Amino acid sequence: MENSTAKSTTTFESVAIRFAGDSGDGMQLTGTQFTETTALAGNDLATFPDYPAEIRAPAGSLAGVSGFQIHFSSREVHTPGDEPDVLVAMNPAALRANIADLRHGGILIANTEQFGVKNLERAGYTSNPLEDGSLSNYRVFPVDITNITLRAIADVGLNQRAAVRTKNFFALGLVYWLFSRELTHTEQWIQGSMAAKDPLAAEANLKALRAGWNFGDTTEMFAQRYEVPKARITPGRYKNITGNEATALGFLAAAELSGLDLFLGSYPITPASDILHSLSKQKHLGVRTFQAEDEIAAIGATIGAAYAGGLALTTTSGPGIALKSEAMNLVMMLELPLVICDVQRGGPSTGLPTKTEQSDLLQVLFGRNGESPIPVIAASSPGDCFYTAIEAARIAVTHMTPVVMLTDGYLANGAEPWKIPNMAEMPRIPVKFHTDPATFKAYARDEFLARPWAIPGTPGLEHRVGGLEKANITGNVSYDPNNHDAMCRLRAEKVARIARTLPPCEVYGDAEGDVLVVGWGGTLGALRAGTERAREAGHRVGHLHLRHLNPLPDDLGDVLRRYRKVLVCELNLGQLWFLLRARYLVDAVSINKVQGKPFKEAEIARAIIEHAGSKA
Amino acid sequence: MSVQAFLSEISHTDPTALGRKDFQTDQEIRWCPGCGDYAILAQVHKTLPELGIPRENFVFVSGIGCSSRFPYYTNTFGMHSIHGRAPTIATGVKVLRPDLSVWVVTGDGDALSIGGNHFIHAMRRNVDLKILMFNNRIYGLTKGQYSPTSEQGKKTKSSPLGSVDYPFNPISLALSAEATFVARGIDVDAKGLGAVLERAAKHKGTAFVEIYQNCNIFNDGAFDYLTDRKLKAEAELRLEHGKPLRFGLNGEKGIALDAQMNPMVVDVAAHGEDKLLVHNEENAALGFFLSRLVAPEFPTPVGVFRSVTKPTFDGMMEAQLEQARSKSKGGGVQRLLDAGETWTVE
Repeated sequence: MENSTAKSTTTFESVAIRFAGDSGDGMQLTGTQFTETTALAGNDLATFPDYPAEIRAPAGSLAGVSGFQIHFSSREVHTPGDEPDVLVAMNPAALRANIADLRHGGILIANTEQFGVKNLERAGYTSNPLEDGSLSNYRVFPVDITNITLRAIADVGLNQRAAVRTKNFFALGLVYWLFSRELTHTEQWIQGSMAAKDPLAAEANLKALRAGWNFGDTTEMFAQRYEVPKARITPGRYKNITGNEATALGFLAAAELSGLDLFLGSYPITPASDILHSLSKQKHLGVRTFQAEDEIAAIGATIGAAYAGGLALTTTSGPGIALKSEAMNLVMMLELPLVICDVQRGGPSTGLPTKTEQSDLLQVLFGRNGESPIPVIAASSPGDCFYTAIEAARIAVTHMTPVVMLTDGYLANGAEPWKIPNMAEMPRIPVKFHTDPATFKAYARDEFLARPWAIPGTPGLEHRVGGLEKANITGNVSYDPNNHDAMCRLRAEKVARIARTLPPCEVYGDAEGDVLVVGWGGTLGALRAGTERAREAGHRVGHLHLRHLNPLPDDLGDVLRRYRKVLVCELNLGQLWFLLRARYLVDAVSINKVQGKPFKEAEIARAIIEHAGSKA
Repeated sequence: MSVQAFLSEISHTDPTALGRKDFQTDQEIRWCPGCGDYAILAQVHKTLPELGIPRENFVFVSGIGCSSRFPYYTNTFGMHSIHGRAPTIATGVKVLRPDLSVWVVTGDGDALSIGGNHFIHAMRRNVDLKILMFNNRIYGLTKGQYSPTSEQGKKTKSSPLGSVDYPFNPISLALSAEATFVARGIDVDAKGLGAVLERAAKHKGTAFVEIYQNCNIFNDGAFDYLTDRKLKAEAELRLEHGKPLRFGLNGEKGIALDAQMNPMVVDVAAHGEDKLLVHNEENAALGFFLSRLVAPEFPTPVGVFRSVTKPTFDGMMEAQLEQARSKSKGGGVQRLLDAGETWTVE
């Protein structure tokens, strides 16, 4: 595109844009394209897709609104942004569902063609908000996106239904113009991927995209453009990655680093299914994926693979964990290496399948019969899922134990620019199958209290394992009361001993002071940003983000005592909070919500400042 | 270290040197004295050494119940797992390790009640597993409740007025779930059971064997109608591929179709041997038809109902992996990490 006309350009440090429309309007694709272009332009960024549980809710309904938010900046970005600066609303329902979040003074671009009586009614409006003055807090740009698009692509000859569907690319083109973005990346994508599937649609979308850009450039409605300069980012090669992609890559990497064959047993469940999809494509790397008949069969087959000598993985979400819990207990008893990846979603029961929450922590820690210690680790950002997966696999095979890896819907579907790792620089995961029949005892233990991995096919190691209590060392069935007591304590000690291999707690910010913010998992960005704001306001605040939730780091108790107040911030009703109070007898405060949404930076900052100010 | 690399470095033991004693363990057997499980255990221990498979390559997976104690008494790799889930675990073992001979030992409650879903899906997939289901038509380990194969009206601790549950017909169920090998044996019929076990072991694909097993504590005599020496000839229909369906002391009775395609018992001499049904293990409809022959109206078929060959799940997965590997451009995980839209920050 040629340089724009004489319109002025204003520079911003950070901008958040939300694209919102009907679930059939292509908002996720629009958001993804904007994200990729923004990354190529050199900004730091974070995204948050927010889509309904229904595949196609009734057109124009509030239930069917799909949104995608991107926060990009010339400095470090921690979250997808609290309040969007720009809202693109493709219909009245999208406006109604999102307008409350738009920053006062923010830009609203609305597709006027959709604001007829019927659609207004469907969204619950009694009068047209674009005309009744109710949006006076915002800068409203009503654009007849549908009809301008239809005129722009008239000569392509698409049928009406297909033609209307190109309007999201008009909107994308317009927002590209508004934020001084190049069209090149999206043009190439349309001419490549899209044209390969449907050349006619590609031609139309390309025209719609350019029409949107040109509309911004020529219409008198927009007098201003904006730009967000490049961010200062650690040198290296980058790509955008979602948490689910990073998780899949992490387990592939763990397989390569250990030499083990990766086996995934899984049953489709939102929001974890994409990991199954990703790994199913990697058969050339020897990955076996098994789509089981149910959650139980998924972990059952995975236990078989662990027993047989594979890198055993099962992926699921909260309801799946509930179904798998008996089998998780069996693996704990068998002391075989296996990773259970729980992509948490809103619960309880079916709950909010497409929304995020951190409410499975106590379930994975305690939701099984008997004394059942299982290590739990949590990823803190989309890219971190890669390293967390590798660590989960490392703990599993080193300590011969099942390991739960927690991510969540926010991490799974959210994306961030990610520095591409170099496999050659990553430490190997040592694995040893036992071979010597003379020294073989099925439940003998090494320095980590791990038992030998004795796989079928090894001569002389024929032995039986199972869910009944084992005699120490031999592994034979034992009902001896003292043996059971000893074995329960041994299994607990085995997991507790993992803490010896962990680095000390790393606190961001003040090493002691008014407030320690403690969190875990996908809230890292909001807690970090909130901490930064509170420190800028003059408070002495530290932020500790726990990766290891079982065992907890050995020095955690000491760290908690260095602050006047401890705030435990979670997207549940206080699960880690409950744990820390019980374990360390510290009078921590719970900052929590369960709205299916991530924390806002401002919420956290407000909570910190409030507690920093009050004297204990 | 990958399993393949590990296996390439070890040498297997000689299977020809194996005898039944090599498959016995030092564990005290805890089945009740007189239980039918002893006879089945003995037949399995007799069959295994004849298969030409190194002992370390056998894996026995069981669920929960009396029958599921089986792995403790068999000196192979074994797992006594959780209720109903043995087929899932066995599937994982076989999919990762097609080199192993994988067996499931289960009971009527384990396989058909709590594990019913896994049971049918294992068959539908045709995973190369040998599934031995000990059917005693009762819950033994939980001390005598009716099971999914108990006859209607059965009085047990949990059905004092008689069970109102209709029972499953396990052979019909297995055939409907597309099992490629389906057979029935009887605990006390050592010869017949041995023959069925050997064929099941050699079958490539899911092999299902229902084994009638007497629980002498909670359901004693459940199969007397079939196993009593005086009644046996009249009550049992031996299935032989390609042979007419005959039974009776001197084979004087047979099974034929009436005008409505229903089975009927006929006198061979009067009816004519050429009008008897001839067993064909590859005929799916006939297999199902035979599974519906139920006592006391009909003799009970014993032997192989169905045996057909089709590609196994594990075999097809291996083929997909092989095909994908042959097309691979190499480069391992780093290639995937580097793929897609990337940019460089200086």
